[in-house]
Amino acid sequence: MQDKNSTLKKNRFDFKSIRNMVGLSSFSSALMAIILGLVFGFLVMLLAKPGSALAGFQNVVFGGFNRIGDVFYYATPILMTGLAVGFAFKMGLFNIGASGQYTMGMFFSLYVGFMWDLPSSIHWIVAVLAGMIGGMLWGFMPGIFKALLNVNEVITSIMFNYIGMYLVDMLIQGSSVMYVSNKTRTNYLPSEVQIPSLGIPGSNVNLGIILAIIIAIILYIVLQKTTFGYELKATGINKYASEYAGMKGKRNIIITMVIAGGLAGLGGAFAILAPSAIAGSSMTYEPINIIAANGFNGIAVALLGNSHPIGTILSAVFISHIQRGGTLASLVGYKPEIIDVVVAVIIYFSAFASIMNTTVANFFKNHLRKKQKASDNSIEEAE
Amino acid sequence: MNTIYYLIQNMLPVAMPLLLVALGGMFSEIGGVVNIALEGIMLFGAFFGALFVLIVQGSGMDPQTVLLLGMLVAAVAGVIYSLLLSFAAVNMKADQVITGTSLNMLIPAAILLFSKMFLFSDGVTTNMNFYIREIPVLGKIPVLGPMFFQKTYLTVFIGVVLLIISVIIFYKTKFGLRLRACGEHPHAADSVGINVYKMRYAGTCISGILGGIGGFFYSVGVMDGNVNGHTGVAGFGFLALAVMIFGQWKPMKILFASLFFAFLRTLAYSVALIPFLNNLGINQTFYKMMPYLATMVVLAFTSKKSRAPKAEGVPYDKSQR
Repeated sequence: MQDKNSTLKKNRFDFKSIRNMVGLSSFSSALMAIILGLVFGFLVMLLAKPGSALAGFQNVVFGGFNRIGDVFYYATPILMTGLAVGFAFKMGLFNIGASGQYTMGMFFSLYVGFMWDLPSSIHWIVAVLAGMIGGMLWGFMPGIFKALLNVNEVITSIMFNYIGMYLVDMLIQGSSVMYVSNKTRTNYLPSEVQIPSLGIPGSNVNLGIILAIIIAIILYIVLQKTTFGYELKATGINKYASEYAGMKGKRNIIITMVIAGGLAGLGGAFAILAPSAIAGSSMTYEPINIIAANGFNGIAVALLGNSHPIGTILSAVFISHIQRGGTLASLVGYKPEIIDVVVAVIIYFSAFASIMNTTVANFFKNHLRKKQKASDNSIEEAE
Repeated sequence: MNTIYYLIQNMLPVAMPLLLVALGGMFSEIGGVVNIALEGIMLFGAFFGALFVLIVQGSGMDPQTVLLLGMLVAAVAGVIYSLLLSFAAVNMKADQVITGTSLNMLIPAAILLFSKMFLFSDGVTTNMNFYIREIPVLGKIPVLGPMFFQKTYLTVFIGVVLLIISVIIFYKTKFGLRLRACGEHPHAADSVGINVYKMRYAGTCISGILGGIGGFFYSVGVMDGNVNGHTGVAGFGFLALAVMIFGQWKPMKILFASLFFAFLRTLAYSVALIPFLNNLGINQTFYKMMPYLATMVVLAFTSKKSRAPKAEGVPYDKSQR
């Protein structure tokens, strides 16, 4: 009897401690959103083309494993834009302008890559840093508008997405060194400006992913271990309380947006400075007046990762993984856009997944309690 | 003079989607729900409107009748899509900005998926002609005739009618007053027996109707009846939000704000036709940037004394004090 009782108590204890772990709870709600999103995607596939739905779905879920290198390669820019969105989100700012910052970063990197004459050993590093500065500049704008003029950062950053995109397209089309007009694309970058490849055959994966992961870890440390990180989180939780406690809200808004912009700009730099699999060529930019999709994917990455830097790494890799799977699904007649649908549904659900999560958890808790009561009763009866 | 006629004739069909969508955003926000999803709602309405036009275009119906019916289809589609937002915002108490963003992301992808798989293109392409060369009698009036009643679309007049209806709902009905109460102080509204949840659903539904119609009018008046998944509605949903803020959540001010933006945009796309601007030799992309730059400048000056509904974006929780 004694034994049984103690194991029961142990069980109860374990359950409570699991429920109290914040990280796990946000993880499980993210997981729930992912499952719902994938189920929705499967239903869409079933409706669109019933015959090959199963094969297509298999490609989406498992296809990425065959192309690990590419998964990490495509995860690099969205990890950076995801960090940019998530970092601002920690402060309660919704940085929907990661696209513009990303595009600006790209342009600054391209400019340094083509126009500056630097020793080949440091050229790519300078180009990456230039990308960061470009992004910072474009993050500074919404920050200053919000801090000094009280303009909602969502509207500002959307407007600056368009302004940045048109500006970059205009500047690139105006430069004969960068732009090849008969290909309507930018020229290939000289090889010393390209980020060193990791040398995985058949894939473009480069040093960028490692740098991105290091940056994510640095951000984690900044958020957890520094005064600035503490102030940032405090402002995000309660603006008025933190102001009352003497934190300089306006200054922190600007700094946060500048850092967020810099992160997105680095994403742009990592994307455009990447070497391509074809020898001697590199990634190119096509000025066609369309806002960079990677910025919006960054929102998905950040939300799925609960704005936590480490969570963002995982969610960036996950989203990149199903995106690769989506391109494979086109082998059986689907279009890669299915993944954008799935990702949008995942975000939709993740916006209220925590509520659903508590509901489900409560359900299980009640269920368990009832069970426990029943077993307690039976124990008493036995005694 | 011809240049002025040309600008006005081209400006009005552009202004109408902005006006309607901004009014929609206004109705949603004065009820307390931030509607970032306007872009998605517009595109959803435009897509179903255009799909309807595509289906009936062979049947020999009168184009203006098709336009009216397509408008109804778009309105219904807009309402259905806006329900997704109100469900998340009102029932699930989710973050309204995140939900709106996800709804914006969903639609372009879904349209591309559908069009690529079933229409073998990037969107819906119709070949119906909604253009009105000249309205009988009214088009003959000097000055006003060529300004408003020649080379135009029916959308302009429907837009004006909808504006008048919105003004009446906003200022003259019990419903309008109650809706505003729910956006300013939902707890006070609740205490006098107004069902805040229902009112917020109603506000978002109106924004769905206007957003859907606005999207369809965009596809008629700006895109010649086509919808493209790549360009979507070119940020008009977001511009409409800026118009709404510039218009300080008031219908008539929103009208002037939308005319202002439509004028800048029309100017940007007709630089080649205006000798003075063309001679300046400024890159055309710069003019395309103008509406967005102007938005920022205008917002910088108007946001300090912003009259945003106090409770907007805050999920209503009965048990909170």
